[in-house]
Amino acid sequence: MPKIIVEVMPKEVLLDPAGKSVNNALHRKGHKDITAVRIGKRIELHFDRAVTDADIAEAQQIGESFLSNAVIEDVVSVTVQN
Amino acid sequence: MALFKKKQKFVPSGVDTTAEAAVTPDKAQPFVELGLKLEEYARIREILGRRPTSSELAMYSVMWSEHCSYKSSKIYLRQFGEKVTDEMKKDLMVGMGENAGVVDIGEGWAVTFKVESHNHPSYIEPFQGAATGVGGIVRDILTMGARPIAVMDQLRFGAPNDPDTARVVHGVVDGISFYGNCLGLPNIGGETVFDKVYQGNPLVNALSVGALRHEDLKLAKASNPGDLVILFGARTGADGIGGVSVLASETFDSTGPAKRPAVQVGDPFAEKVLIECCLELYHAQVVAGIQDLGGAGISCATSELASNGGAGMRVQLQKVLKRDESLTPEEILMSESQERMMGIVPKKDLKAFEAIVNKWEVEYSVIGEVIGEDRLYINWGEEEIVNVPPRTVAHDGPVYERPVAFPSYQDALNNDTVHSRGLYRANDNSSELAAQLVQIVSSPNQADKGWITNQYDRYVGGNTALAQPDDSGMVRVSEETGLGISIATDANGRYCYLDPYQGARLALAEAYRNVAVGGAKPMAVTNCLNFGSPENPEVMWQFKQATAGLADGCLELGIPVTGGNVSFYNQTGDVAIHPTPVVGVLGVIDNVARRIPSGWQDEGHNIYLLGVTKDELDGSVWSEVIHGHLGGRPPVVDLGFEKQLGDALAAASEQGLLASAHDLSEAGLAQALVECTLRFNMGARVWLNEISERDGVDRTCALFSESTGRVLVSVGREDDVKFVGLCEARGIPVLRIGVTDNSGQLEIQDIATWQLSDLRGAHEATLPELFG
Amino acid sequence: MTIKIGVVTFPGTLDDRDAQRAVRIAGAEAVPLWHADANLHKVDAVVLPGGFSYGDYLRCGAIAAQAPVTAEIVKAANGGLPVLGICNGFQVLVEAHLLPGGLIRNEKQHFICRDQRLRVENVNTPWTNQFTQNEEITIPLKNGEGGYIANPETLKRLEGEGLVAFRYLDSNPNGSMNDIAGLRNERGNVVGLMPHPEHAVEPGFGPDSSVAMKSGIDGLKFFTSVINSLVNA
Repeated sequence: MPKIIVEVMPKEVLLDPAGKSVNNALHRKGHKDITAVRIGKRIELHFDRAVTDADIAEAQQIGESFLSNAVIEDVVSVTVQN
Repeated sequence: MALFKKKQKFVPSGVDTTAEAAVTPDKAQPFVELGLKLEEYARIREILGRRPTSSELAMYSVMWSEHCSYKSSKIYLRQFGEKVTDEMKKDLMVGMGENAGVVDIGEGWAVTFKVESHNHPSYIEPFQGAATGVGGIVRDILTMGARPIAVMDQLRFGAPNDPDTARVVHGVVDGISFYGNCLGLPNIGGETVFDKVYQGNPLVNALSVGALRHEDLKLAKASNPGDLVILFGARTGADGIGGVSVLASETFDSTGPAKRPAVQVGDPFAEKVLIECCLELYHAQVVAGIQDLGGAGISCATSELASNGGAGMRVQLQKVLKRDESLTPEEILMSESQERMMGIVPKKDLKAFEAIVNKWEVEYSVIGEVIGEDRLYINWGEEEIVNVPPRTVAHDGPVYERPVAFPSYQDALNNDTVHSRGLYRANDNSSELAAQLVQIVSSPNQADKGWITNQYDRYVGGNTALAQPDDSGMVRVSEETGLGISIATDANGRYCYLDPYQGARLALAEAYRNVAVGGAKPMAVTNCLNFGSPENPEVMWQFKQATAGLADGCLELGIPVTGGNVSFYNQTGDVAIHPTPVVGVLGVIDNVARRIPSGWQDEGHNIYLLGVTKDELDGSVWSEVIHGHLGGRPPVVDLGFEKQLGDALAAASEQGLLASAHDLSEAGLAQALVECTLRFNMGARVWLNEISERDGVDRTCALFSESTGRVLVSVGREDDVKFVGLCEARGIPVLRIGVTDNSGQLEIQDIATWQLSDLRGAHEATLPELFG
Repeated sequence: MTIKIGVVTFPGTLDDRDAQRAVRIAGAEAVPLWHADANLHKVDAVVLPGGFSYGDYLRCGAIAAQAPVTAEIVKAANGGLPVLGICNGFQVLVEAHLLPGGLIRNEKQHFICRDQRLRVENVNTPWTNQFTQNEEITIPLKNGEGGYIANPETLKRLEGEGLVAFRYLDSNPNGSMNDIAGLRNERGNVVGLMPHPEHAVEPGFGPDSSVAMKSGIDGLKFFTSVINSLVNA
């Protein structure tokens, strides 16, 4: 199934409590070389036809205006799987 | 400790230092962008005898902002400390000016409570704004040495059908739910109001209350030279930099997201751990002073601790643990990263301090020490970047007596009444009144708020004795004796718009009554004063009137204001919100087992209306929901009678005469009847004719007037004579207006009979339909 | 003999003091157990209370399931020690594989707090033996991620072997499959549920009941049950 994959991450400069909590747990389990964990979202937009360039542009726009909150998140990638 | 090395030789570092400031007096500085006025900037130069460094400028700008310095409100807030008697002060352990007031409630216990606004951040990013609002107020309570024991929220949203309202409602409620629930604090009540005046400027006020043993009281001060200054909790990042100054000093323009500043992200788990960690530190007696980091971050904490303690401080800013290594010294000073505390720890206690914070896996860093000199020195490595008298930053900010003007619209507004408009028709027919009742109890402001409050944990702690939808929230403090406290908050922006002086007193009267109907004795007052721009003389008049009304009212009731918060600049463009002074009243009850339910539980009980009903429909819910009208003057409030009524309820409760008691306020008797039946699903038969005959009002007023000083109670038949006698002896007008029954119906004679299931459907469906 | 019941505190646990109080009201001694301490201090039973352990940021209960104390609890539970997981504690039991399935975000996406009616469907456990079969009880429910899910084979096994200990009555609050509110393991010593018995043990502070406001104490029997089974063991 063709799909557009939008990845959203918390903004670099802002605190990511989830990532921090998981990072601390990993350190307790001995994975000391991992310096930080950040947790984001992967959102799949499915199509029942081939994805066009217009769809990708639209997905980028949806990603920035709706799927993410520009105040606290960034869209870090929009990729296609046809 | 090698925090400070003597500088060997000068190496330019790109950091603005005091040495550099001394030799470059004319360097242009962005004080306007930081929200400072020219005369304020000039005063900073005068205090320092040179231009400020960029770090000093950052500190002064944020600490002298409206939000931190109360520069426009200070002259009015003084009266809360002046209009008091010795009797009112006798239970006050800490009054205004500290992080939160502290009240002695007996048995060696004290409580501290406060309400604070987080309005602007909650419009920009509703979820994080509301979440960090809860986090901030809880840290204020924790700072006093108390264990936080409950929270409440006072929310004002825009019109329910505006598309942006759902964004704000969902974000705010989810944020409070996320943060508060994860902290393990019961949410025991609050307010939710919808009105288009809050469309571009919702109000998110958060209240917290904490309990402590007298000996655990902590103050935010650093007095002993040699004590260590320790920053602990979350790391410092680029959160809400300049947030205080920018957010509280400017209004939003209508262009939307372009100017959005950085927000703070809350981590309730980190805060929960910080609470337990701090309580263990207090118990071990290893902190001499403590301050939470909220608005203005390290700038605020260092200068306030030093100023309050009459001492100074030397800080090495490079020791601050950072989330982001690229932060500049100015940014570190202004950062509003959440879940941080600053402790003052005697050197001998450092080991014990470290053991406790390590147990809780809380990060910390010794960033400086207290000094005997009246000076705050902050170094960045070997460079001195701040060298100021701490008091000038923390407490001696500018004070303004802003121009005040009686609003040009006020007289016309007060003359535009439901009578002058012809909206009021004597003796509306029964079917019309019945339809109005249903329309009112299902209107968004009067509808059941369960959709919101059921997203909050009201059980955690196991001490919640009353919670929403009861008139007040009540929590047990002592498990041994049942000693407890209750809190109610209130504000009616419509009343305050019509008359801010009376509006503030009305809010006080209602919160007082709400505490009294639960069986508690009102003890103290807090407030959160939400207004438009202080630079608008008409807004400033509203503020002046409201603060005078509240201070006079507290004096009449004999209960002191223990603290509060001011939020100005709540407006969109030139249009200010209705003045919304949220008033919170704290009550004490010797044993929470004695608390009075707010609804009917038993059949065959007599229903009594206490107080007198007048023709007071201006500003009412009836005028708003049925006629879309706002004008005239709000109901008259008689605080002497409110006190008498409160005392009578307390006496009746102590004698066990009251099966239930419920306050009459918005939407009057109609609303109270519906809520009393639905609380425990107990029917009733009620008649209005005796109210009309005794008080000379018709049925519209009997049902919907919002006259103050009224309470609906239910009394078992065996207690009837005693109860009526008690009221008469105390001069409380008392009238039997009905009887409870198991019919599953509410019958208001000569008007209508409703199935309770139908009323419940109407009352409970509104919010889920709008937002669910 | 005094029965000692351990109550675990992870960072972020919230209802530990409530669970300790419930244990005391039922007549046993409450022993605090610390997440980092791999030692059960010779307790006769363990309660994993509610809360948001480690913030529940990864998955509810996931990080707590890795804690030193949890490893000891798993060992002891496999040896027959009575263990009760409440809400976040239930999530920890599931993440630690002491009970099957998983708990996901509530169907309506909101945290929900309300008085919840349940049916007790299995009374053959140390935590439920004071109830009568199919007794209907009301205790508070408060969770954001309480939707029980399991694959069809597991559900079939749970139903077939009578391992569903509690089922929601009236409306299902969180979209749990088969209205499942709580489970027991095959042996019966491990019980987990989303609603909160420890919030319904003391008149005045529990759910509303037909007798009076906030006077429901249906949760107390969980704790008297385990004391009864330990005393009679």
